[in-house]
Amino acid sequence: MTQAAKAMTSVSVALAGSGGAGVMTAGNMLLEAAAQAGYYGLMTRSSGPQIRGGEAAAMLRIATTPCDSVDDRYQVLAAVDWGNVARFAAELPLERSSLVVGDPAQGEPPEVFLKSGARYAPVTLKAIARKIPGGWPNMVALGLLGGLIGLPSAALRAALEKSMKKGGDALAASLAAVQAGVEEAAKLGARYPLAPAPARSSRWLITGNQAAGYGAIRGGVRFVAAYPITPATELLEWMAPALERVGGTLVQAEDELASINMILGASYGGVPSLTATSGPGLSLMIEALGLGVAAEIPIVVVDVMRTGPSTGIATKTEQADLNLAMYGLHGDAPHLVLAPNSVADCLLTTQWATHLAETLQVPAIVLSDQFFGQARAVAERPATIAFAGARQRAEPNAADYKRYVLTPSGVSPMAIPGTAGITYTADGLEHGERGTPSSSAADHLAQMEKRARKLDSIDYGEHWAQIEGEGELAVITWGSCTGAVREAFARAKGDGVSGRLLSLRLMSPAQPEKLRRALEGVKRALVVEQSFGGQFMRYLRGEYDLPCELTSFRKPGPLPVRPDEIHRKILEWSRA
Amino acid sequence: MNAPAPAASFKPQQFKSDVKPVWCPGCGDYTVLSSITKALAALEVRPENVAVVSGIGCSSRIPAYTTCYGFHGVHGRALAAATGLKVARPDLTVIAAGGDGDGYSIGGNHFLHACRRNVDLTYIVMDNRVYGMTKGQPSPTTEPDWDSKLSPHGTGLREFHPLVIALASGANFIARATSSDPNGTAELIAQAVRHPGFSFIEVLSPCVTFRPEQRSWKDMVHPAPVAPTDDPARAARRLMTDDGFNIGVLFAGHRKPYQPVKSATPRSVAELAAEFVL
Repeated sequence: MTQAAKAMTSVSVALAGSGGAGVMTAGNMLLEAAAQAGYYGLMTRSSGPQIRGGEAAAMLRIATTPCDSVDDRYQVLAAVDWGNVARFAAELPLERSSLVVGDPAQGEPPEVFLKSGARYAPVTLKAIARKIPGGWPNMVALGLLGGLIGLPSAALRAALEKSMKKGGDALAASLAAVQAGVEEAAKLGARYPLAPAPARSSRWLITGNQAAGYGAIRGGVRFVAAYPITPATELLEWMAPALERVGGTLVQAEDELASINMILGASYGGVPSLTATSGPGLSLMIEALGLGVAAEIPIVVVDVMRTGPSTGIATKTEQADLNLAMYGLHGDAPHLVLAPNSVADCLLTTQWATHLAETLQVPAIVLSDQFFGQARAVAERPATIAFAGARQRAEPNAADYKRYVLTPSGVSPMAIPGTAGITYTADGLEHGERGTPSSSAADHLAQMEKRARKLDSIDYGEHWAQIEGEGELAVITWGSCTGAVREAFARAKGDGVSGRLLSLRLMSPAQPEKLRRALEGVKRALVVEQSFGGQFMRYLRGEYDLPCELTSFRKPGPLPVRPDEIHRKILEWSRA
Repeated sequence: MNAPAPAASFKPQQFKSDVKPVWCPGCGDYTVLSSITKALAALEVRPENVAVVSGIGCSSRIPAYTTCYGFHGVHGRALAAATGLKVARPDLTVIAAGGDGDGYSIGGNHFLHACRRNVDLTYIVMDNRVYGMTKGQPSPTTEPDWDSKLSPHGTGLREFHPLVIALASGANFIARATSSDPNGTAELIAQAVRHPGFSFIEVLSPCVTFRPEQRSWKDMVHPAPVAPTDDPARAARRLMTDDGFNIGVLFAGHRKPYQPVKSATPRSVAELAAEFVL
């Protein structure tokens, strides 16, 4: 245990149990306590297929630096009871130095967890809780985990006080149960103490779904129509009251066909609009996205990707909607596709997407995923960025107004209903400059060129990609693989291997010139993605003229991409 | 957004654009267009404050034939687009319009939920019991034994009954009109627009090209023999038993229109972040 007792810069713990055991509550409190103590953290969650009452696991990583990825192994797995927790074995890799804590009254830990060589420490969580009037086993487990990783009692207390605002006996009982857990931890002969917390900075505790919702509102979105779907629902549930507070509206639609057409109608009316969905819903929205392109109506669609195809694994992550988002629309339909690269970046990316959609009068698809959407992170306070809806509106009674007039930039002033003297009909039919339907080859070409031109009419600046590091090797990645790649590179540095990290935020329109410059001097690149078929690799080959040799590292969901597998791949590949 | 309307009287012609319709000579939709422009003049609204929203089909071409703001979207989704527009812009007069295939087949789900939702808009369906734009296939309101190339022995399917469905789903105003009476239809449209909530008007509008026998509809229609009711049970009996040619307001209810909750004291966007700050 001496090795484990060394101060750690990152520690991962999981708390599992059957439904109603309160493991998510305790997990959220542990993350809050870690944040109060000055640490960074990331909490992901897993649950069985039951609607209610199934087993669940709260998985936390707490560290002295920002966590953009899960770690390779968990140091502690605690279970209030074992129920069907074995089903999470693949998501909860342990190692020899790990500790498995369980209540012997609830049975022995499943063999699959002990195979790793982890030590089992029985703790009578329920009996301990029972000695405290109003005490619960999950609170004992919370104290135990807090004690094992060395969180100050004051931080645990602060976390409890924050989430149990009513205080009183319930708070007192929980505090006592937590304290009992802390004392129990001291008896276990194992500790996973965190190194001292870094200097305080201004931080937020936020999920990717909340960040995307808030980014949209910052970007000017005031109308949302959507249909419930895992794992996007929380984004909508956060936005419903938030929009109400800023004078906006959310409508629950009858299906995704309605959602997308409602937001097209609202945006046509001049109100920046958004819907959020996952792969199955995006599939249903594709036809109307084309209408947004043809009629030049800005909208934002956030796709919180999950494991596909079809219903797939609704509660798990994957990066396999890229093809659909990029190439799913019929006809030639230039539009925007963006992807956040961290939980907190869901804010900037969605805000930027809203700004771009409004500026260019075009639909934008934001590809978030289940990992980002449902993960809660302690992150640096996101910068306040000025991106806001900036739609070019036509003036009342403009002389000889043409809605789709051919301009050098391709963007034409949009008449908003209610404005006198410039009425027009927005149309999915090909049209001439006035919007009047036209099947002429000349109009089709001119309008097609206009719609394509506008996407190239602005400079996307530095936000098109996240670029870090130097060297002749590069890893090109996107979305939720970014954190794991960054960490893999940090580890590879210790092995004498360094290189550049390129994570694309702007997927469409592709930025070949910018990528060429970013890859100057790079001889070989590894492409990392979470899709079985290598959609991102194909995208890179199709959209870019890459000056270097490419190698693909890919795997499908549902398990998250972990730093170790990329680290090993980088070493093997860089030395090949 | 616009200057106050001048006191000058409103004329139907103001609402008619110079775009030439794609419709066949004799199509009922011409008179529905004329009824809409007459209704808008009677309502004394300005064209820029009206939006006409449609999906796909012969009759769905109607927005561009008006001088109002128009939205010609994708097939079957007119009511969704109109709902989004009206909820986001409650100041506008919103009219959704289209045909029986667009509204009852591909758009059927939105029809149910638009009736339920009861947003304050007007839905005009020009029903000719056929898909005209694709040259003569049976629609949900087509008689089961009507032969066509696509369904050579007829569909064998019972006709969809849009008015009954509208009532059962919660529409707040239900009327039947006929393209053979442009003034009467204009009056019904004006009433529908004035009535709060979701108003539905089914207009019998013959397709003289693929259903020439529908020319005889003008001789079959007759004013509804009874006054409008606000009792859904009475309306249900009336609609279930009527001959399909009763013209007039058949139901006018008192349901409160959909009204999203808005904060009386909107807060700043920055304040929303308070819950995230550690």
